Amino acid sequence: MSALAAVGIDAGSTTMKAVGVDSSGALLWSLLEEADPRLEAQAARMLEAARTRAGRALPVVATGYGRALVRGAGRAVTEITCHARGVFRAMGAGGTVVDVGGQDSKVIVLSGAGAVESFSMNDKCAAGTGRFLEVMAGRLRMSLDRLSEEALCTREEASVSSTCTVFAESEIISLLARGVDVASVVRGLHRSLVKRIAAQARAAGVRAPLLLSGGVARSAAVRAMLGEELKSPVLLPEHPQLMGAYGAALLALAEGTRMKEQG
Amino acid sequence: MSAWDPVWHWNVNVLGASFLRLQRLRSRRALERTPEHPHLAPPLETGPRLKELISRHYLKGRHAEGRRPVAWVTSGAPAEFLNALGFCIIYPENHGAVCGIRRVAEGLCGKAEDAGWSRDVCSYARTDIGAALSGETPVGKLPRPDLLLCCTNICQTVLYWYRVLGRHFQAPVVVIDTPFLYGAEAPEHAVDYVRRQIEEAVQVAQNVAGRDLTHQRLREVTRLSKQAIELWGEILSRGRAHPAPLTAFDEFIHLAPVVEMRGEAFTVDYYAAMLAALDERVKKGIGAVKKERRRLVWDNLPVWARVRWLSEKLAERGASLVASTYTNAWAELAPMVDPEKPVESAARVYLHPILNRGPGHKLEVMRRMVRDFGAHGVLLHSDRSCKPYSIGQMDQRERLAADGVPALLLEADHNDPRAFSEEQTATRLAAFLEVLEA
Repeated sequence: MSALAAVGIDAGSTTMKAVGVDSSGALLWSLLEEADPRLEAQAARMLEAARTRAGRALPVVATGYGRALVRGAGRAVTEITCHARGVFRAMGAGGTVVDVGGQDSKVIVLSGAGAVESFSMNDKCAAGTGRFLEVMAGRLRMSLDRLSEEALCTREEASVSSTCTVFAESEIISLLARGVDVASVVRGLHRSLVKRIAAQARAAGVRAPLLLSGGVARSAAVRAMLGEELKSPVLLPEHPQLMGAYGAALLALAEGTRMKEQG
Repeated sequence: MSAWDPVWHWNVNVLGASFLRLQRLRSRRALERTPEHPHLAPPLETGPRLKELISRHYLKGRHAEGRRPVAWVTSGAPAEFLNALGFCIIYPENHGAVCGIRRVAEGLCGKAEDAGWSRDVCSYARTDIGAALSGETPVGKLPRPDLLLCCTNICQTVLYWYRVLGRHFQAPVVVIDTPFLYGAEAPEHAVDYVRRQIEEAVQVAQNVAGRDLTHQRLREVTRLSKQAIELWGEILSRGRAHPAPLTAFDEFIHLAPVVEMRGEAFTVDYYAAMLAALDERVKKGIGAVKKERRRLVWDNLPVWARVRWLSEKLAERGASLVASTYTNAWAELAPMVDPEKPVESAARVYLHPILNRGPGHKLEVMRRMVRDFGAHGVLLHSDRSCKPYSIGQMDQRERLAADGVPALLLEADHNDPRAFSEEQTATRLAAFLEVLEA
């Protein structure tokens, strides 16, 4: 068994991820937890687990919203660079990385050599993000997986016109109150989300194929409808949610940053 | 208005001036004691003098009511004739910027919103209306206007905003309507149209001031105005040096005199001193950003409450804002100013500001800046409050990218801090600089 050589940690808004790679950059080890409000302690715990597994201190790069709070990291790098690096390594091709996370969505156009050509991020609005699905799932009393299944089991589509999470929620309440079929409401709200992401992708300049990452990529309905909307094949890495942390680990490996000794 | 007013003289020239001189000396000493910043060069040594100029400007305003005729004017208005007539001139937009920097704009916007103004209205307008309604201001007191001069070469909002001021203060509103320029130069009939409006405005201003405009004085003011604008252009051109001795953040702060005090000899003197200080920095190879690695162009107004924060964020990563379309707007028209034909040349000058010429012209300005200033990328501030400045930025970003110049769109607002998200801005900036450095 090869040994851990570097660690990446992605302190996201909804989940915290840690990924360890071996000296060839292969993904060897990972942890994924719900984000704890005390994220500094959570990150420290994850790094300690990596260190225990490796039996020594490892170079670390941190990314995600909480990246500045990851104590043991040699460097903090933005999600854009990390997702680009992780997805490119995992998929081996350029294209358009669409990363839909818990509180933001990013579109990154990658050249054939893996360089970031342009990127865009959603602004001050949760409509094109995982939060949108979470709010809707809560309102409809469904799990996120169930939400995706419901959307795919119908061809009927209620029109959810609003792109604002709060207004869309009240729109859904009134659709249900009018007796509209739940599955078609669910499909309609997926359409609303996907259109929002597609518009953002078009603004950044779409290059096929679409490479999905982030937690929302787990939704089969989002994958299918996004491909349909942007008329492009959609590719999914094996661990979409870990791509940011994986990219960070690859950067740590490349740069050989040294993990500071922890208490 | 009498020529010699002992109360005015005592308050402004004796008491006020001595106090401000003392304050200048104090802030100069404070400057010397300021610990060295890890990423930024020390502030320009002319800074305390700038502070004195601005304070003096508002000090005069504070004592002007009932002693001098007072005009409130838009930032792009032909104000030289008002100066020549002895008006005390207040620029609500500049005052808005002061409120932004001092972090009181949000509260003043709130006063306007309480009175029914929508948050979609420009934050300068809301700051100003909030200040007018409440009487609150960080500059002590703003004098009541006797005349409102509104020129539409920057936006259409000013038209409605000044009407509101006119009603509130019961003061006449004079509008200078500047037709939008679709071509490179204003057609003669447009120049003639604006010239006639300025002539009419002069009539109204003479009635308000109770005195006649002398053309000799107007020529003199226009000559000083031209000198200040030319010097300002020279100052901005120093950003071409590697490393740049000043950033657009410095320019934002030093812009005030050329906007609200052009036509004054002390403004010319101040900019001459500033230019000399910059030349000294160029000679010694001092950059405003200590380790300048990347050079960027800024488009649109500043985010006033965050000038310092943004400047530090960029400097941390070795990025220097070497030019901006905004500060350039007060420099680029210098060749058009003709002191021998003050009214006609004013008509031409005030037709040609960047905001009266559309997004194609602005794209060309940015392309030229990237070339002339050796910039690696462009930051496009998508300003929620300034629609005429922000329109077309998506296309401009694409055209720049096609030239191989990366550009980043940053969503914010020049004076409403509620439309600014620190974490989101920091992440975008960091990602953009990572891409530029890759």
